[in-house]
Amino acid sequence: MEPKEVSPYTRTLDCVHCGLCLQACPTYNVLGLETDSPRGRIYFMRMLAEGRIADPEAVRPHLDRCLDCRACETACPSGVRYGEILESVRSSMARQRPPRGFAAWLRRTLLTRLVAHQGRLRFAFALGRLAEVVGVRWLAGAAGILPRHMAVLLPPIPPARERRPLHGTWPARGRERGRVAFFTGCVMEQMFGRIHRATIEVLTANGFTVDVPRAQACCGALLVHDGQAQEAEPLARRNLAAFRDHAVVVNNSAGCGCALKEYGHLLGSAEARDFAARCRDVSEFLHEQGLVATPRPFPHKVAYDDPCHLCHGQGVRKPPRALLGQVPGLTHVPHHDPESCCGSAGIYNLVQPELAWQIGTTKAKALVASGAEAVATGNPGCMLQIRAHLRALGSPMRVVHPVELLVP
Amino acid sequence: MDALRRQLLDLFGPHRAIVNEAALLAYECDGFTVHKARPLAVVLPESTAEVQRVVRLLRAHRVPFVPRGAGTCLSGGPTPAQPAVVIETARMKQILRVSPEDLLAVVQPGVVNADLTRAVQHLGLHYAPDPSSQTVCTIGGNLAENSGGPHCFKYGMTTDHVLAAEVVLADGEVARLGSALGPHAMGELDLVGLFTGSEGTFGIATEITVRLSPDPEAVRTLLAAFASMEAACGAVSDIVAAGLVPAALEILDQATIRAVEASVYRAGYPQDAAAVLLVELDGPALAVDEDAQAVRAICARRAALSTEEAADPENRKRLWKGRKGAFGAMGRLSTDLYVLDGVVPRTRLVETLRAITGIGARHGVTLTNVFHAGDGNLHPNIAFDGRDPEQTAAVLAAGYEILELCVRMGGSISGEHGIGSEKLDHVPLMFTPDDLEVMRRARSAFDPEGLCNPGKVLPQRGSCAEPARWPKMVERVLGGGEGR
Repeated sequence: MEPKEVSPYTRTLDCVHCGLCLQACPTYNVLGLETDSPRGRIYFMRMLAEGRIADPEAVRPHLDRCLDCRACETACPSGVRYGEILESVRSSMARQRPPRGFAAWLRRTLLTRLVAHQGRLRFAFALGRLAEVVGVRWLAGAAGILPRHMAVLLPPIPPARERRPLHGTWPARGRERGRVAFFTGCVMEQMFGRIHRATIEVLTANGFTVDVPRAQACCGALLVHDGQAQEAEPLARRNLAAFRDHAVVVNNSAGCGCALKEYGHLLGSAEARDFAARCRDVSEFLHEQGLVATPRPFPHKVAYDDPCHLCHGQGVRKPPRALLGQVPGLTHVPHHDPESCCGSAGIYNLVQPELAWQIGTTKAKALVASGAEAVATGNPGCMLQIRAHLRALGSPMRVVHPVELLVP
Repeated sequence: MDALRRQLLDLFGPHRAIVNEAALLAYECDGFTVHKARPLAVVLPESTAEVQRVVRLLRAHRVPFVPRGAGTCLSGGPTPAQPAVVIETARMKQILRVSPEDLLAVVQPGVVNADLTRAVQHLGLHYAPDPSSQTVCTIGGNLAENSGGPHCFKYGMTTDHVLAAEVVLADGEVARLGSALGPHAMGELDLVGLFTGSEGTFGIATEITVRLSPDPEAVRTLLAAFASMEAACGAVSDIVAAGLVPAALEILDQATIRAVEASVYRAGYPQDAAAVLLVELDGPALAVDEDAQAVRAICARRAALSTEEAADPENRKRLWKGRKGAFGAMGRLSTDLYVLDGVVPRTRLVETLRAITGIGARHGVTLTNVFHAGDGNLHPNIAFDGRDPEQTAAVLAAGYEILELCVRMGGSISGEHGIGSEKLDHVPLMFTPDDLEVMRRARSAFDPEGLCNPGKVLPQRGSCAEPARWPKMVERVLGGGEGR
């Protein structure tokens, strides 16, 4: 973690314009435009700071189209911290001239007034579930109100029993090997309660007592990616307080995990850096500790797709694969470019639907070509996106979180 | 100008035609960041017909064009030297045909070098030329620059692997050069050979037929560390003198090793060595085993500090990773990087390197070396801050002297990066006015009106009477202002 003082401008100077990042970039791959490549965007951000681009609006569409997947960071030999630069520049652009229009307002409102407030979010999901039960989605789809990309993206909202918040303590089964805190997140809790329950089951079965503190908040990742870092800071401080006493904080969402590990950069305090160092993706933690409970057999061909914020953001690549390798009967099948973004990228598929659609289709085609019966990936957005695009191609492939396959 | 931009927008639409001044900044330079010039517009055609259409339109407006692949060139090739429109081939990335029986592939120019190998891997084939930027650079760009790479010591440059090309000439006509049977099969002059390496000054390739090479039965990669550069270069001379033909012979000096080890391309190179030598041997398993023994013996005789061999493909990739990422890794040293490209006879490597160190010290510049030792192809890298005109001038002056030195040693000013705009001032060091006149005539046979990437490769008439004492690029840099 770096101190906050290094300016994003100084960071842009790390780029020597070699171009080795180009092919790693999903938007460059689709559009073929230097303006929509990491090298081009870094150049724009540098030129904004040097004053050669007077009006940020001239290059804003190119910066907005970035998925912030950070595949370019993995490819970059000069160690350019692209994500940091982009998020800082997005923040300052949003402060200087807040984006106008209904879409921007809706986005800001959704993020700051809904996602950042767990209670309101739960209420919204309850409303959504109710609407589904009475057939509103079908109506909306039939009437063409819900755009295609949103209609397929949103799977049915799970029933209330799966959405119920998990708070409290789950004791280790068998000999206790340790105690961990579990970060449950915002959307993950509402859409993927079953994965949370599986996570707790796997952790306890492997000898860990799991605490889920009630005082925790959304990680703030979506706000940071959207250039609203200031709005994310209070959320981060709440999480620091909620997990103050825990030596290990486990999460099962790559996007959240990456944001938690970057609190040091966001808040710039020693306390935040210390917190960040205690955070672990569930696969990372289980791999470090070793499985003691043998997973249930899963005699199927499984592809593993790296969430960007796990492989590029956190550098976690081997642990999920190694854990899946311990599932009896499971055959790992490789597919093309597992580390390329699926196009989900937080709320990208909502704000850049056309590009996200093309990127998602490429991913789904690669998975179908692998012959896998199921794909495992550890991030809620990726799971939704990949599932939607598999269904759009008519593939029945199951989409699971790796931890679901580790349940004994 | 606005009329032309409007027409380009009409032809290609907003996603395939860039005309916005701010957005065009992204195209103002390639990997050679000293020369900056914004194109008038950038267009991204997807077919030969679309290339023809834009070339005809530009000709009607008397506006030149500059072909561009991925913009990883290191000599300013795709940066306009005069007001021009860039024709970017990034969306022409289809592999049109692979013929394993004929050992060839027909590709569009925007196909990425490494993607072609990836597409034919399952057939036991690969595309041999492997520039360090192979994961992103395009076959079209490779053809324009006649790119090389570590494996070219044994397998030859791009020109040895291009069989035929469909090209669009300055008047918009399509010409087919060479043949799938090989460049000489038609009994014609080697026109595709002439076109390859012409840096976009003869036209733009829209379909390229390349040779594919069968994968060798066995590959062995060794890394030897030495306490002195003399010992490392000595080992290279011994290897070649012993009649061995390794697929690659690469040397990295200590500063490069340290930069690589501090980057994501960390390869586990010994950081206390003055130089490491990367040797790759390939061919029939038995022969390769014998060769590896011989290389080990030679390295031992030259007092290698250690000799490591990659035991598996993963480790081989690791050993190469540092070499391939060396250029970008040097970016850690400063804001800009000047990657020079000169050639000297192998036997004069040591004295040249020593002189280069002297030149660097005299100009007060930070200088490191990584090079294709087998070919005597040097790549001195100079890290600098391009925002400081005086520092930039010192770097360019040092670069000029280094290439002058290469010529004096009996070598050349370019091994594989091309002349572009970077080395226009250096060309007279190697060629007489008569030489240049012959080349100019060849060029005007293809492009009589000077509409294809003008101002590159060949200096203006009259400027070549005698070699410049001081590169003109320096005056341009010190003169300030945007571009040149």
